[in-house]
Amino acid sequence: MKERFKFLRLASGKIGFGLFLFAIFVAFVGPLLAPHSPNESVGLPLAGPSGGDLLGTDDLGRDVLSRVLHGGSSVVLLAFIATVIAYAVGLLVGLIAGYRRGLTDPVLMRGVDVMLSLPPLLFLLVLVTATGTSTATLVIGVAIVQAPGIARLVRTVTLEASVRGYVEAAIARGEKTSAILRREILPNIVPSLLADAGLRFTFSVLLIAAANFLAIGLQPPSSDWGLMISLNRKYISLNPWSVAAPAIMIICLTVGINLMGDAIGRTMGRSRAAGWSR
Amino acid sequence: MATEVPTLPWLPADPEQELTRRSHGALWFVARRVLAGVVTLIVVSLLTFAALQILPGNVASVVLGRSATPQATKEIEAKLNLDKPFFERYGEWFKGAVHGDFGDSSLALAQGASNPTISSRIGEPLVNTLILAGLVVVLLIPLSILFGVIAAKAADRLPDQAISVSTLIFTAMPEFVIGSVLVLLFFTALGVLPPNTIIPPGGNPFEHPDALIMPVLTLLLTSLAWTTRLVRAGMVDVLRSDFIRYERLNGIPERRVIWRDGVRNGLAPSVQVFALSIQYLIGGVIVTEAVFTYPGIGSLLVSAVLGRDVTEVQAITVIVAAAYITINIIADLLVVFLVPKLRTEL
Repeated sequence: MKERFKFLRLASGKIGFGLFLFAIFVAFVGPLLAPHSPNESVGLPLAGPSGGDLLGTDDLGRDVLSRVLHGGSSVVLLAFIATVIAYAVGLLVGLIAGYRRGLTDPVLMRGVDVMLSLPPLLFLLVLVTATGTSTATLVIGVAIVQAPGIARLVRTVTLEASVRGYVEAAIARGEKTSAILRREILPNIVPSLLADAGLRFTFSVLLIAAANFLAIGLQPPSSDWGLMISLNRKYISLNPWSVAAPAIMIICLTVGINLMGDAIGRTMGRSRAAGWSR
Repeated sequence: MATEVPTLPWLPADPEQELTRRSHGALWFVARRVLAGVVTLIVVSLLTFAALQILPGNVASVVLGRSATPQATKEIEAKLNLDKPFFERYGEWFKGAVHGDFGDSSLALAQGASNPTISSRIGEPLVNTLILAGLVVVLLIPLSILFGVIAAKAADRLPDQAISVSTLIFTAMPEFVIGSVLVLLFFTALGVLPPNTIIPPGGNPFEHPDALIMPVLTLLLTSLAWTTRLVRAGMVDVLRSDFIRYERLNGIPERRVIWRDGVRNGLAPSVQVFALSIQYLIGGVIVTEAVFTYPGIGSLLVSAVLGRDVTEVQAITVIVAAAYITINIIADLLVVFLVPKLRTEL
C-alpha cells in the first residue's frame, strides 16, 4: 500500500494530488457550501464581484459562485460512469478476443480501425445529430469511443497471460473457460490496466467537458463547468469571473489528474510521460 | 525521465512471424494502405448514413420544421427521394459524393435559400479551416523541434524541467479552456485582440490577422505540448548514442552535431507523431472554431448539429474522416521511407 503513495514524494505528484483533491472537494462538497441554489436569481444580471456575491452574477442574475460549486459533480460522475461502461464492454470483448481468438479477433480489430478513423468529438457530434441531446447519449457515446481501445489493450495483455503456465494448468484441470478468464487471467492483467484506466478517465473528462461546451451534452439550466463557460462567454467583458471561475476549476481537475498520473508513472519505474493524456 | 520512444503501432507484436512474411515492394505497400483507407472511409460513410438518414422522417422533419403535416411530409419525401430503399439512397448519395456533390442542406431547404447545395455552402469554410490548420502546422513543426531539442540538450536540468512541466500542464487542458483563458487575457484584461473572428463572406482570413492570432495560439498550445515531448524523447536517445559521442570527440562543432546529425536521426521516429498530432488537430479545430466563432468547417459542423441538418452533418463528417484517414496513410508511408529499420514492413 505504501508503494502506491510514493508519487507524493515528487513535487509534481504533490501539486497534482492537491489540485485534484481541490477539484473533487469543490465538485462534491461544494453544493453543501453554496450560499444559493444554482438556478435562483439573486440580484441584478451580470453584476461584478461584490460582498454578497463573491464572483458576481450571470446573465440571468444567478450567483456565479453557487453555480461553480454545483457544476463540478456532473462532469466527474458522467466521466466516471462512461469509463466504467467502456471498461465493462472492453474487458469482456478483449478477454474473449485474446483468449479465444477465432472470429472475434479480426472483427474487433476492424472495429477499432473504423473507430480510430473518426475524431472522437466528431463521433459524438454525429451521434447527437442522430439521437438528439441527452445525458444518456453523452455517456454512452463517450463509452463507445473508449471501448474499442480498451478492448484492444485487454486483448494484448490477455494474449500474453493466456500462454502462462498457470493458465495451462487450469486448462489441464478441466476448468471452464469462464472460470479461467475470471480466476486466472483477470487478476493477472488488472495491474497493467490500472494506469490505462486513469488515462481513459482523463480523456472522458476532457471529451465530456468539450461536449458540454459545444452544447451537445448537458443542457441549460445545468450549471456544468463546460456549459457555463460556453453560455457566459457572450458576457465575458461584463463579468469575466463567470468564465474564469469554471475555467480554473476545469484546469484544476484535468491538470491535477495529469500531473498525478505522470508522477505515478515515474515512481512506478516506467515512464508514461510520452503517452499520457491522449 | 522519459527516454522511451513512443511505441510504433504497426510494429509486429511477434517479430518472428513478421520476418517470415515475404516482401512485396513499395508499390504494393502503398496500394494496400490506400485500399484499406478507402474501405474504411466507405464503412464510415455507410455507418453515418445509416445513423443519420435511415429514418426518412429525419430529413423531412428538418426541412418542414413546424409546418410538417403528414401530407407535406409525403410530398417532401417523394421530392427528395426519401421514400426509396436505404441502399438505393446510399448508392445515389455515394455517386454524388464521389463527384463532390453532397446534395442539399436540409436546413437551407427549410429556409428557402436560393442555393441550398452543400458543396456551395462548405467551400469557403473549408478554405478558412485549411488556412487555420495550415498556419498551425507550419508553426508547430519548427517550434516543437526547437523546444524539443532545447529540452533534450539540457536533459533533466532546469530548461528541460521547465519545458516538461509546462507541456504536462498544457496537454491536460481542453482547447475551449485555453481559448477562453486567452480571451480573458488578451480581450478582457488587455483589450488588444478581438474575442471573435469575424470574416465577412467572401473575405480572406489573412485580411484579419489580429483575429487569427488567438485561434492559432490555442491550437498551437494544445498540440505543441505533445509534439515537444516526443521530439525530446527521440532526441535524448540519439544524443546518447555512440556516433554522436564520436562526433563530439572528433571536435565537430556542437551546433553541427546537434542540428545536422542529431536532429536528422532523432526526428525520423517523430514523423508519425507529427501526423498523429495533426490528426488530433482536426478534433481541436472543431472546438477552437466554436470558441472563436471562426467561420470554418468546424463552426459549420457544430451549427449543423445543433440545427439537426442531417445531410450537412453527413457531408462534413465524411470530408473530415477522409482528411483524418489521408493524414494517417501519408504518415505511415513517410515513416516507412524515412526510417530504414522499418522497411522490412514493405
